[in-house]
Amino acid sequence: MSTQSQAAAQRPAGTAERPAAATRSRTPRAADVDRLPWLLVPLLALLALPLVGSLPSWVTLTVAGLAMGMIIFIIASGLTLIFGLMDVLNFGHGVFIALGAFVAVSVLGPMGALTGSASMAANLVAVGAAMLAAMAVAGAIGYVFERLIVRPVYGQHLKQILITMGGMIIGEELIKVVWGPEQIPLPLPQGLRGAYIVGDAAIEKYRVIAVVVGLAVFVAMLFVLNRTKIGLLIRAGVQDREMVESLGYRIRRLFVGVFVAGSALAGLGGVMWGLYQQNVIPQMGAQVNILIFIVIIIGGLGSAGGCFVGALLVGLMANYTGFLAPKVALFSNILLMVAILLWRPQGLYPVAKR
Amino acid sequence: MSDAPLLALAGVHTHIGAYHILHGVDLDVPAGQTTLLLGRNGAGKTTTLRTIMGLWTASAGQVRFDGQDITKRATPEISQAGIAYVPESMGIFADLTVRENMVLAARGARDADAIDAERLRWIFELFPAMQKFWNHPAGLLSGGQKQMLAVSRAIVEPRKLILIDEPSKGLAPSIVRNMLSAFLQLKSAGATILLVEQNFAFARQLGDTVAVMDDGRIVHRGAMAALVEDEALQGRLLGLSLGAHQ
Amino acid sequence: MIRSLLSADYPRSRVVAAILVAILVALALAPFLFPGARSLAVAAKILVFILLVASYDLLLGYTGIVSFAHTMFFGIGAYGVAIASTRMGPGWDAIAIGIAFALVLSTLLALVIGLFSLRVKAIFFAMITLAVAAAFQTLASQLSEFTGGEDGLSFKVPEALQPSFELFEDTVLGASIDGRLLTYYLLFSAVLALFLLLLRIVNSPFGRVLQAIRENDFRAEALGYRTVVFRTMSNVLAAMFATLAGALLAIWLRYNGPDTTLSFEIMLDTLLIVVIGGMGTMYGAVIGSALFVFAQSYLQDLMGWISGSFEAVPLLAALFSPDRWLLWLGVLFVSSVYYFPTGVVGRLRARAPARGLS
Repeated sequence: MSTQSQAAAQRPAGTAERPAAATRSRTPRAADVDRLPWLLVPLLALLALPLVGSLPSWVTLTVAGLAMGMIIFIIASGLTLIFGLMDVLNFGHGVFIALGAFVAVSVLGPMGALTGSASMAANLVAVGAAMLAAMAVAGAIGYVFERLIVRPVYGQHLKQILITMGGMIIGEELIKVVWGPEQIPLPLPQGLRGAYIVGDAAIEKYRVIAVVVGLAVFVAMLFVLNRTKIGLLIRAGVQDREMVESLGYRIRRLFVGVFVAGSALAGLGGVMWGLYQQNVIPQMGAQVNILIFIVIIIGGLGSAGGCFVGALLVGLMANYTGFLAPKVALFSNILLMVAILLWRPQGLYPVAKR
Repeated sequence: MSDAPLLALAGVHTHIGAYHILHGVDLDVPAGQTTLLLGRNGAGKTTTLRTIMGLWTASAGQVRFDGQDITKRATPEISQAGIAYVPESMGIFADLTVRENMVLAARGARDADAIDAERLRWIFELFPAMQKFWNHPAGLLSGGQKQMLAVSRAIVEPRKLILIDEPSKGLAPSIVRNMLSAFLQLKSAGATILLVEQNFAFARQLGDTVAVMDDGRIVHRGAMAALVEDEALQGRLLGLSLGAHQ
Repeated sequence: MIRSLLSADYPRSRVVAAILVAILVALALAPFLFPGARSLAVAAKILVFILLVASYDLLLGYTGIVSFAHTMFFGIGAYGVAIASTRMGPGWDAIAIGIAFALVLSTLLALVIGLFSLRVKAIFFAMITLAVAAAFQTLASQLSEFTGGEDGLSFKVPEALQPSFELFEDTVLGASIDGRLLTYYLLFSAVLALFLLLLRIVNSPFGRVLQAIRENDFRAEALGYRTVVFRTMSNVLAAMFATLAGALLAIWLRYNGPDTTLSFEIMLDTLLIVVIGGMGTMYGAVIGSALFVFAQSYLQDLMGWISGSFEAVPLLAALFSPDRWLLWLGVLFVSSVYYFPTGVVGRLRARAPARGLS
């Protein structure tokens, strides 16, 4: 039921409200500072331009970075909302990514007619089907995951970390059982290959699609969060779960829904990631895990907007350093995380918790 | 009006972790009146409210509300049974606008239009700041305005019982006066209130019955009028001479 | 004398004590009791894991810190010895210098990680250590001139430890006293000494403060203990012991590579053992490591046999394939977090006759 913490009983009365007030009052004009993190994205892009040297290369890299960022956002957004709302950190979130990707392999496999066609429309039908299947499967497994693995350890962070890690191991091994332990190629459908040529720059078609899909997901998410009652409950619950319950809402029922949605999104992201890399391996979940953790730390746990900015930054950073200094690619993102934490220790958009 | 109290606690014990906070609380809250819960810091007043609300589960004893046993019920159900709760920390959703806060509190409402217009007008009369900051994030409100929002949320729909934890804490005297008149209006509308307060001057104008808590137990029960007149009793119970004015 | 050796931290259960003694004897006399290269390799692996897991127990079980960067320090110790022996040529001085450098590097990294990350919430810390460990592993495989890259470094050990070295012409009690045996006893004595040292640490006033912090850090802070300092110290100590474990492993294998010490699988194995064995008990590390390494080495044969009998049903055959060892480990791990959170040692201790009220 409710957590009964000794710490809460010992904290002097009246201090609970302070943090929320402090977060607001230290910003002189709320409107200005809220936009600031968004500026980091074009800032990073502009900084990279002189370093990269050539404009066409920069354009290619930037689009690649944005595409990668969008995919990471799709995956990470579910995780950050789950954590913000339910105080559950799913260290096994990566398993849904891998699951989505492998489902895509199984779905696209027999669709040779559609994927072999040069028509983009036919391709998109196939990819769309793969995405829906991936989301359905990931969502279903997410439901099982929440009931079996996560629900018994609500409120106990240590056990959550351990158990969700265990869940990921089991999930990864089960994927190996079903699909085999080897890498499987996931080629892009015919009509989605190739690039648009803009001036001297080559912009890959698939990356443009990734950006479009990512934006669509973001917009849809913002709509649900800001214009629906459920979204209102989620946003309120992220700040103060107890108060939402005190107002009469069974917010725990929402938990399952959010968890399933988050897992489905990870599955979708998995499909896109698989197509981006053009192959899938069972360990891909663990690999992407690191990046999404960095993203949600940068963005602020519980904030969808922060997650978006963080994901774009990480995607751009990975691509720029991949071009400029491949050996330090992962490090560069860690440095980015450190830099942002030094500026805002709770991430770009800390959610005002009680 | 029936004789049975609207809310009755019988032998309620509450443990938080290893700490035994409530040691058998017996408390009756009669309908249509304001009951005051007094006591020094750490006496268990907030714990009592939280236990009623189900945020902390009683380890022993019974909580009866409106003829039903709500001891083991979940918080959302207790709220839906007709209890509103204004915690000490106010529980304002800072990132949401005042409007959104109110929409959430008016449980059925999909959006602001569904909040009873008559009720909203009354709230705006009591607390003009609510209308002024209707579309602004609640986090931008001052401390006093946040408290007003917290109370507004509790009264946006008629409730059988309102639990309020230290509403006047840290507020400027003029705002406290505002708050007082709002509560007096509530009272005249027939609301049942269980009020935790340390500001005796504020409380004595509202309370009909008073219960004093110490060390997790009720050590005194009686009419407010009696306590007001008996300065010796005040000194003994509350540890200080409160006087008739402050 | 036993009291001072074990720092008054007794097994507190007949069964646990019996198992511990059995393990001690088996490890002490392994070359004689279980002749053969494979059994000795298993015994050596158990020794290394005991030290590694015990050092992790200090961090997780006693201080309550979840860190995924522990294998990083393990790797630093191993690479220290490997790189020094490769660059300076084999010898005791290379080993000494390698270990010294490794300890310094580990201490510095542990300090940085501790001071920076311990100011943030536990979840943050866990995630950050995950990222740092991954980055370190990538770094190790990419600085190939230095670390041998993906292939790792093979090196020679001091003469006395080389397999070709023979102390006596004849065999003693069925085993030849060669470099392998001497290396084994070097590991054994080192691990024994360091384990007892860890027992001393967790039973000291310092250790008690760590446990207080684990239970309720607010309270500890209120009582006047600067929790950040104690946590950082715990981090540093755990890192140092892990580094030494890595050095020992490298000396045994005469090889080190990114997958030998830095892989995430080893981190998971450590986590598994400490949870299954029993967090916050130290002895859990001993029993857990023995159980785990033993099972990992010999149970895979059993799984292979089971899998073979399911040849007709590919899905079942795949489920029990010895390569899917980790699947069953994962299931065991999740079950133990749920059903016996105090681990094997905790469960056995709970069964011991109660003295007074529970």
